[in-house]
Amino acid sequence: MSQRITVIDYGMGNLRSVAKAVEHVASARDEVLVTDDPELILNSDRVVFPGQGAARDCMAAISDHHLNRAVLQAANSKPFLGICMGQQVLLEKSEENGGTELLGLFAGQVRHFPGGVAPDGEALKIPHMGWNKVNRQSDHPLWQGIDQDSRFYFVHSYYVDPEQQDLIAATTDYGVSFASAIARENLFAVQFHPEKSADDGLRLLKNFVNWKH
Amino acid sequence: MLAKRIIPCLDVDAGRVVKGVKFVDIRDAGDPVEVARRYNEEGADEITFLDITASSDNRETIVHVVEQVASEVFIPLTVGGGIRTEEDIRRMLNAGADKVAINTAAVFNPEFVKQATDRFGSQCIVVAIDAKKVSAEGEPLKWEIFTHGGRKPTGLDAIEWAQRMSDYGAGEILLTSMDRDGTKIGFDNELTRAIVEAVPIPVIASGGVGELQHLVDGVKKGGADAVLAASIFHFAEYSIGEAKQFMDQQGVEVRQ
Repeated sequence: MSQRITVIDYGMGNLRSVAKAVEHVASARDEVLVTDDPELILNSDRVVFPGQGAARDCMAAISDHHLNRAVLQAANSKPFLGICMGQQVLLEKSEENGGTELLGLFAGQVRHFPGGVAPDGEALKIPHMGWNKVNRQSDHPLWQGIDQDSRFYFVHSYYVDPEQQDLIAATTDYGVSFASAIARENLFAVQFHPEKSADDGLRLLKNFVNWKH
Repeated sequence: MLAKRIIPCLDVDAGRVVKGVKFVDIRDAGDPVEVARRYNEEGADEITFLDITASSDNRETIVHVVEQVASEVFIPLTVGGGIRTEEDIRRMLNAGADKVAINTAAVFNPEFVKQATDRFGSQCIVVAIDAKKVSAEGEPLKWEIFTHGGRKPTGLDAIEWAQRMSDYGAGEILLTSMDRDGTKIGFDNELTRAIVEAVPIPVIASGGVGELQHLVDGVKKGGADAVLAASIFHFAEYSIGEAKQFMDQQGVEVRQ
């Protein structure tokens, strides 16, 4: 069966890597489309929602591209993978840019890392950049074939803090233990970059492409 | 917690990988796409390409190299060398680079770093610093920024310069000791430590790696967040996997 996988493009960050990585793991018959067209997004079989940059800029770009409704509709109806800012904007409000209203799909806040010094004396530099451990909190199909505490690549200064604890699909430690992945029904959203996380990242993307929900 | 990163660096001239010993004696070490793929398989945490192409005719080749690598190697890629304008940065990011390293252009026009971080975000702007020790024996340690492969002094103090670049939004410092580059006697760990203590952003130590203990020293003595090396990996003296295993045995947290 061929399918259409849409990568939502709203001008925030370089989507080439995301699209290339999805193409790399998808079947040759699958179509990988990078678009900001709400109709194409809603007509596709799966949706990848990436994003980079500041919260206020991301929200403005989503609005400028008339994507608020399409993103929320896709997030409620079909296999949906949020990446980085594509995870954060699903919450209600971010501390970034003096307080930014987000899409509000999930109750909770996006908070700034406390920084400081870890118990072992290491400085907790911000942004949190590099390879950190992802501790699975559930047996979600997207974790299939990925070892517990595998390392994924992160670049961010803010993290999601959802009110509903049962949304948390994985946690990562960086001064605080934060939700590096959240999941609900057809939706999975991660703070790390699977498209930059070598074999385990590709495995997660492949699991998403094959995810029967 | 975050792993310390190991970053192989490929010097690329007109589409081919080379490594200069003290930037003079240049040897060929292969096709950049092949080498990048091998490093990825060995477990490299990132790959840095340094474009040393002098002729403007061959300037476009690095863009194609990045495009090809980014289509099959899914780890962070940094490109440096000849990044002078916002257009240069945009082209590299569009080709699939995650970060660009700005060196000489920052020295000649520091505001460029501010503009670049405003436009593209701190996370993709690395400032590359080439420093040489200028203090005499017995004097307080002092390093100066040099350009043109270590030949031209700038009068800029390395610590003050790193702080300024960090204030201007740089996401990371790629710190090369020009005294050590190509010598294989180890990083200038005093230099690394001085910069690490002066800025709140990650510092990549570079210049001088000849054996695996040097990588450990860069982290433990220098305090580096990442270590960069070229020739020990290119000529298969050690694999990235061996380097990581050694670092792990020495108590450095790495991704394995």
